[in-house]
Amino acid sequence: MALAGVSESVMVTQLDKLANWVRKNSLWPMPFATACCGIELMATGASRHDIARFGAEAMRFSPRQCDLMIVAGRIAMKMLPVLQRIWLQMPEPKWCISMGACASSGGVFDTYAVVQGIDRFIPVDVYVPGCPPRPEQLLRSVLDLQEKIQRTGTLMGKEFQEQRLWPHPPRPLAIELPPAEEIVAPGDFTSATRLQADGRP
Amino acid sequence: MTHDEILAKLHAKFGETFTTSEFRDNRRIIVPAERVYAVLEFLKEQCGFDMLVELGGADYLHYPHATDRYGVWYVLVNTTTGVRLIVKTFTNDPEPTLPSVFALWKGADWMEREVYDMYGVVFDGHPDLRRILLPDEFTAFPLRKDYPMRGRGERHNFPVITRPES
Repeated sequence: MALAGVSESVMVTQLDKLANWVRKNSLWPMPFATACCGIELMATGASRHDIARFGAEAMRFSPRQCDLMIVAGRIAMKMLPVLQRIWLQMPEPKWCISMGACASSGGVFDTYAVVQGIDRFIPVDVYVPGCPPRPEQLLRSVLDLQEKIQRTGTLMGKEFQEQRLWPHPPRPLAIELPPAEEIVAPGDFTSATRLQADGRP
Repeated sequence: MTHDEILAKLHAKFGETFTTSEFRDNRRIIVPAERVYAVLEFLKEQCGFDMLVELGGADYLHYPHATDRYGVWYVLVNTTTGVRLIVKTFTNDPEPTLPSVFALWKGADWMEREVYDMYGVVFDGHPDLRRILLPDEFTAFPLRKDYPMRGRGERHNFPVITRPES
């Protein structure tokens, strides 16, 4: 295919662009909807907001047929192995949108059972703030992801070879409290709910 | 059969080994743990309480005026007359144990498993006492009041999947 006077790399670059253009306009979302963000995700797919305008309307409930995982809702620590398994089952190239406060950071559910952000355990491309986000915000994230695919994508998926996660164990959140700080039942229902320094409620 | 008649029968059978309390239309009897199975069996066989509506637990650690740590209650209904009765009992560390009422009401199966899951109260005689909501590998009992709300790292104890690996 090499043209006279044109080096090989130019050809590859143009193929990358073609591949990116094809990929970004036919995203197949895997709706991993576990909470109320899933309702907004459904609204995004419905006729009023119509995610089909951006070519991402083909929601499939099999990870084998999807290339975009939309994690919509809080992820409990019992659900995270399922999430990771589904992520691993999706074929390359694949992307991930973390939709809403809970998926991105745990949200208000700062408890033992809820994962404090899925990006601690799987790679995430675009975060959507909101609780839950409006469908417009999710559409915006799809547009952002399309731009990201167009700018960074390669035909052979070289952009996925780089390390995008923090390479060390998850850093503790700034608000992380030591386990010694225990939450107890309210003492006389007028005092604070945390233990005092001497261990008394 | 009204509450008063039921209490009279219980007093005739068990003497003064239990106390009663009342809140609005809730009638409760508080029974020591060693008598609770006999009382519940008597209520089912002799007083017609054929349905166990609820079996719940609570941790009274640091609770004002509480003398025992774990409370477990049984909400009973006589489906013929509609009478409700709450039987409450307490158990303590280090090995909180109560007799299972699975033999009386099959519906106690999952409810006892949940109380065990959250508080670690062991129900002797339960046919399949294992965790019901939390993962099997969970080691703590998270609704105990001395369990930190943010857990002991269970929510962070997972492998990290990076881009090159996936």
